[in-house]
Amino acid sequence: MMEQLLTLGWTWMKVMAVVLPVTIAVAYFTYFERKVIGYMQVRRGPNRVGPLGLFQPFADLFKMLFKEIIIPANANRFLFILAPVLTLAPALTAWAVVPFDDWLVLADIDAGLLFILAMTSMGVYGVLIGGWASNSKYALLGGLRAAAQTVSYEIAMGFALVGVIVLAGTLNLSGIVHAQSGGILSWFWLPLLPLFVIYFISGVAETNRAPFDVAEGESEIVAGFHVDYSGSAFAVFFLAEYANMILISALAATLFLGGWLSPFQGVPVLGDTFLAEGGVHWFLLKTVVFCFFYLWFRATFPRYRYDQIMRLGWKVFIPITIVWIMVAGVFRVLGWYGG
Amino acid sequence: MGAIEIIFYLFSAILIGSALSVVTVGNPIYAVLFLVLSFFSAACIWLLMHAEFLAIVLVLVYVGAVMVLFLFVVMMLDVNVNPLKEGFARYLPVGLLVAFAMALQMFLVIWTRGLESMPMPEPKPDDYSHTTELGMLLYTKYLYAFEVAAVILLVAIIAAIALTHRQRPGTRKQDPARQVQVKRSDRVRMVKMQSEGEEN
Repeated sequence: MMEQLLTLGWTWMKVMAVVLPVTIAVAYFTYFERKVIGYMQVRRGPNRVGPLGLFQPFADLFKMLFKEIIIPANANRFLFILAPVLTLAPALTAWAVVPFDDWLVLADIDAGLLFILAMTSMGVYGVLIGGWASNSKYALLGGLRAAAQTVSYEIAMGFALVGVIVLAGTLNLSGIVHAQSGGILSWFWLPLLPLFVIYFISGVAETNRAPFDVAEGESEIVAGFHVDYSGSAFAVFFLAEYANMILISALAATLFLGGWLSPFQGVPVLGDTFLAEGGVHWFLLKTVVFCFFYLWFRATFPRYRYDQIMRLGWKVFIPITIVWIMVAGVFRVLGWYGG
Repeated sequence: MGAIEIIFYLFSAILIGSALSVVTVGNPIYAVLFLVLSFFSAACIWLLMHAEFLAIVLVLVYVGAVMVLFLFVVMMLDVNVNPLKEGFARYLPVGLLVAFAMALQMFLVIWTRGLESMPMPEPKPDDYSHTTELGMLLYTKYLYAFEVAAVILLVAIIAAIALTHRQRPGTRKQDPARQVQVKRSDRVRMVKMQSEGEEN
């Protein structure tokens, strides 16, 4: 019994070692977002709280926590409170299988990729339930839009991952990274370029971010599913959305850009200097690049119309992914990549 | 009783409780959410038996996609549950009969084979990959059965589309290929004209 308790405590420590950095990363992602969009719009962004405005996320956090949570009179109280929790829990659970380095992964499970897909597809429940429980037309419309969009883009996303599985020959995320070893040209972005692009765009749509943010759509339905949420309940929705964005970025880095591997691996001049060594810093660097893409999209593109989103998902992405799965199969059989 | 048994009975209790609630709660939204909970508990029980692939696929397909669409539809309907309850006494015998038949079938299967014929699987070594083994079996030994299942699903997809797809007169639609080919000269005409104010 003592041994089991020790295992439990040790696992709990490891879970905290993943959850706390993710939470802090979310806090600074919001700072990064405001700075990036600020400079893209020729302003400075937050620069008052602390040096360079670096304490701004904490100021925002305390503001949120001390605000009152207002529950609308005709809302379903139980589901209204449950919804943000249902969004956050899968967003954090999915991090359990993400490999940060060769040895640095919480749960190195066999079907890791499927686990991530299952967890990310659960996140939509919170949005849908929150939209319904608010008992408001805007919130319900936002929830329905989010559900339809997530279900549609999940298919394209899943098919894009099938290409990765075909080349890697495994569902284990560390195994997928190992299958890409050998420098930037062996990573899967090259043989799977269309799937790589489709994966990331579908990821943006899955997380309901601009230009696919019709679930919030402030010009049409005020703030969509979280229009009636305030204070820390809103903060939990916010935290889940940003944790999901970082997760999609980390996955794009893991599946298509070789995770923790160095891009200069196997370059003769560099030999085995630190540049050719893999490490967690490469993983973080690649993840940050994709996080920047998210912000870049938001600052640059106008919002898609709802029917255009559906057309893009069903009529453009899914046929392309189906064709490219066949191409990946040909690569595999010819022995050009993978295996 | 070890930890495994405690977890098993915990999830079994949640599974049975939520499955009962699916048919007893009044609010259809709650019914769908209880169904989600029962799927999830079933997946957890499968995980205990080391069937991790099946467990995750159950969550991915049923919880992640099918039940989302269920919830989607139920939220759009404004179901008034009171008229539905009126026939309760009338349909009760039929319901009991069906429930009894299903219980009997399950009992017969388990009783004829005996519980001992289905023991808890032995833990496999760490490098044993269930996913690989399942894939090998599906694509070698059970290939034809697997392909027949795939074809049946395809037929169902085509049938569903054929049933719902119909040409309705008078609907407007856009052709994105033509929309992106539009040039400025198709939409805007530059007109030379005298300035109004300068003449006098």
